[in-house]
Amino acid sequence: MNLPFRAPVSTSCNDVPVLRERGQREVFCGLTGIVWLHRKIQDAFFLVVGSRTCAHLIQSAAGVMIFAEPRFATAIIDERDLAGLSEIDAELDRVVNRLLERRPDIKMLFLVGSCPSEVIKLDLKRAASRLSQIHSPKVRVLNYSGSGIETTFTQGEDACLAALVPFSPLPANGYVPPLLVAGALSDVAEDQFRRIFAEMGLPDVAFLPARTAAAMPAIGPGQQYLLAQPFLNDTARALEERGATHIPAPFPLGAEGTTGWFKAAADAFNIPESKLRAATEAGHIRAKLALEPHREMLAGKRIFFFPDSQLEIPLARFVSQELGMEPIEVGTPYLQRQHLAQEIGQLPAGTVVSEGQDVEKQLDRCREARPDLVVCGLGLANPLEAEGFTTKWSIELVFTPIHGYEQAGDLARLFSRPLDRRTRLGV
Amino acid sequence: MQLTLWTYEGPPHVGAMRIATAMKGLHYVLHAPQGDTYADLLFTMIERRNARPPVTYTTFQARDLGGDTAELFKTAAADAYARFQPQAMIVGASCTAELIQDDPGGLAKALALPIPVIPLELPSYQKKENWGASETFYQIVRNLAEPRREAEVNTRSCNILGPTALGFRHRDDLAEITRLLAALGITVNVVAPLDATPDDIRRIPEAAFNVVLYPETAETAGRWLERTFKQPMTTVVPIGVSATRDFIAQVAQLAGLDPQVALAAGESRLPWYSRSVDSTYLTGKRVFIFGDATHALAAARIAKEELGFEVVGLGTYSREFARPVREAATKLGLEALITDDYLEVEAKVTELQPELVLGTQMERHIAKKLGFPCAVISAPVHVQDFPARYSPQMGFEGANVIFDSWVHPLMMGLEEHLLHMFRNDFEFNDKAAASHLGHGASKPATTVAAVAPAAGGWASEAERELQKIPFFVRGKARRNTERFAAERGITLITIETLYDAKAHYSR
Repeated sequence: MNLPFRAPVSTSCNDVPVLRERGQREVFCGLTGIVWLHRKIQDAFFLVVGSRTCAHLIQSAAGVMIFAEPRFATAIIDERDLAGLSEIDAELDRVVNRLLERRPDIKMLFLVGSCPSEVIKLDLKRAASRLSQIHSPKVRVLNYSGSGIETTFTQGEDACLAALVPFSPLPANGYVPPLLVAGALSDVAEDQFRRIFAEMGLPDVAFLPARTAAAMPAIGPGQQYLLAQPFLNDTARALEERGATHIPAPFPLGAEGTTGWFKAAADAFNIPESKLRAATEAGHIRAKLALEPHREMLAGKRIFFFPDSQLEIPLARFVSQELGMEPIEVGTPYLQRQHLAQEIGQLPAGTVVSEGQDVEKQLDRCREARPDLVVCGLGLANPLEAEGFTTKWSIELVFTPIHGYEQAGDLARLFSRPLDRRTRLGV
Repeated sequence: MQLTLWTYEGPPHVGAMRIATAMKGLHYVLHAPQGDTYADLLFTMIERRNARPPVTYTTFQARDLGGDTAELFKTAAADAYARFQPQAMIVGASCTAELIQDDPGGLAKALALPIPVIPLELPSYQKKENWGASETFYQIVRNLAEPRREAEVNTRSCNILGPTALGFRHRDDLAEITRLLAALGITVNVVAPLDATPDDIRRIPEAAFNVVLYPETAETAGRWLERTFKQPMTTVVPIGVSATRDFIAQVAQLAGLDPQVALAAGESRLPWYSRSVDSTYLTGKRVFIFGDATHALAAARIAKEELGFEVVGLGTYSREFARPVREAATKLGLEALITDDYLEVEAKVTELQPELVLGTQMERHIAKKLGFPCAVISAPVHVQDFPARYSPQMGFEGANVIFDSWVHPLMMGLEEHLLHMFRNDFEFNDKAAASHLGHGASKPATTVAAVAPAAGGWASEAERELQKIPFFVRGKARRNTERFAAERGITLITIETLYDAKAHYSR
């Protein structure tokens, strides 16, 4: 195989050359984050202020009608709004009133900006504060943008969490939990992490986002935070503005990633090695054991990542370090070097890291490289399968619980199952 | 501004994609922000297409808005031409690009590509998917169709217009109708847009007439062809036995064939199955129908005339075709439900308590929630609407498929009788929903309770008597009795009231 940008052996992320591309980006916009955020924050409602395209995107991405009464909707801007025939603020108030009357269980409402609302410069921040005054204290109204012109896929979660931070409670006595974990995790992984932190001697760990509006954690000076997801640039900035400080760490994927993540916390809180080991060793061993059968199937296999969720770099680290796979190209919509410092340096020499996308050229490179497994979005997966490639749809890596020791085997299975299936099929 | 929890139709540019993806040798360059590429997955995942839709998106971002998005469009269009070498191109804007007013048509023209470039004006803030498909197909036909050479027209030739990508059973309907036309001795000149190339579109005027299978996508183009080339078109959509016969008669007339001979072209099992005594239990089943206009209208006719159901509700989300649906509803003594708000549909279904719901995947969802049997008759499509087996809706085989798919969700006749006879049996009780509904089927009893008003009390012996009525009609009985009591100012419902009401409503 002959690819450009072969990286030298390197331990510093700054040495990894990056292929930067501009062209058609085959990615979701940030509105897609609503699909998991509305399951995570159980009394929040997400109201997209946008077009029919926005409504169609979310229902298509969410799988049609899987929720009896979804906690997301779109306020569709129409001609009259654009022509100035209707007072757009009054229209939005009317829609929100109707919605909140219908759903008295809602405690937090996000007005989510879209491409059209950004282009017509609809001030949703002002609208949110106006509506918050009207509906306070029953409902808090916040806003963020999930527009495709500003956000790619998981950046929608980043924008949502960043919007939550300034509204986090500030207790009168100034007490904040010493450690905060930022990034939406599956409830099962969150509970596991809580138990491990407690065993390490950190019983009071806050998670952002919390599962309900009322439970959002206090954030303030003296607090340290760990990122559970690699795409939280704006959230990290907002946390810093509130006085919290970042604990540099790898991401809790796989046995090594998870142990590295807990070790970073232990180091930050001066927790002795023995205590860390007591809390994590059993999980680490179980995870290794769970990975073993998948490693047998995947070792030596070549893998190609199309950009999608920004999880690509940590995932490439995981599949190469823990499953013995060979990443050929690792595409990411954005490369957040600072947060990925401990991951990117561990990619094997020769891995091409690409940022941004020109999907046609990337498909050309993929076809030429003939990888054993292609990780890509739903628009590309079946066409590539039809060309003879084995694919894994990347969105599943976002929707499935993959963090932590107990999910390491599940994560590995997401990569091994497509190959397993190929070997089983006789047609 | 409209609050939308779920939408029956996508935006108009998705309609244009359904045309572009159906065709070969055509490429669509869409000025659209990052994220609009989600639409690809409709085709690759729902329809399981094995190739990407032939669509290039400019995927502009905020940083491009400060710069030159027009230049971005021109680069994308030029690159798309160089890479895909299409015979023709359609260009347009999605909702966001419409706001920045870059004029994709003008920009593409400035590139002076050596192929026809057809600009699309699809107003995203007014119109929806089916309109977008119809307008796109019309523009393609209008721009490409070449003047007709009268001398060469074969009177027994037609085009089939309407089938698209992501269409509800279009693949199989097309096969069925093509077979039917062949049996009539009629040649198919061009099928479009499905599998047609721009060159095929040019040849459309060579046929004697057009078969418009789906008015939602092809009526506008058909009317234009009728006006421009004196090429008549069919107006009957062959869904159902009678409609298929009417269609054959119309086609025979257009092709100058003997309609009596033509009617021997085939037959359906539906008429006999419907007459067969085991179908007696279908008599007067109360059905609610909602879908696109074509399928809703066809379903109403089949339900009434071919299965002996009673249509208690009829509606569509196709506002463009509201008029014929209103007319059909009036003939049935109903007021049509014209809406794209599924909550209104849900409220109507709840109010009507039908025994069968014929609708889209959303009505299937509503029916499941309320515990009613349901069959899907119309788009919006779901992965289940692309079955591996041959499953048309049109023609005689389509009528067979419809008979099966509507009747199977219903309680089988014998099962219904057994439930009635053994209603106190330990297995045949209220909680044992019909076997075909599976273990997860909800219990209608709970929805019935929700319908009962708090006022207007039931005497306990009347309530016990009500429990003896089979659960699948108990909701109706409770509702009727309460209405009967309310109308007569009866405050306590006794056994007498229950049977008075029964007698009243059975008249």
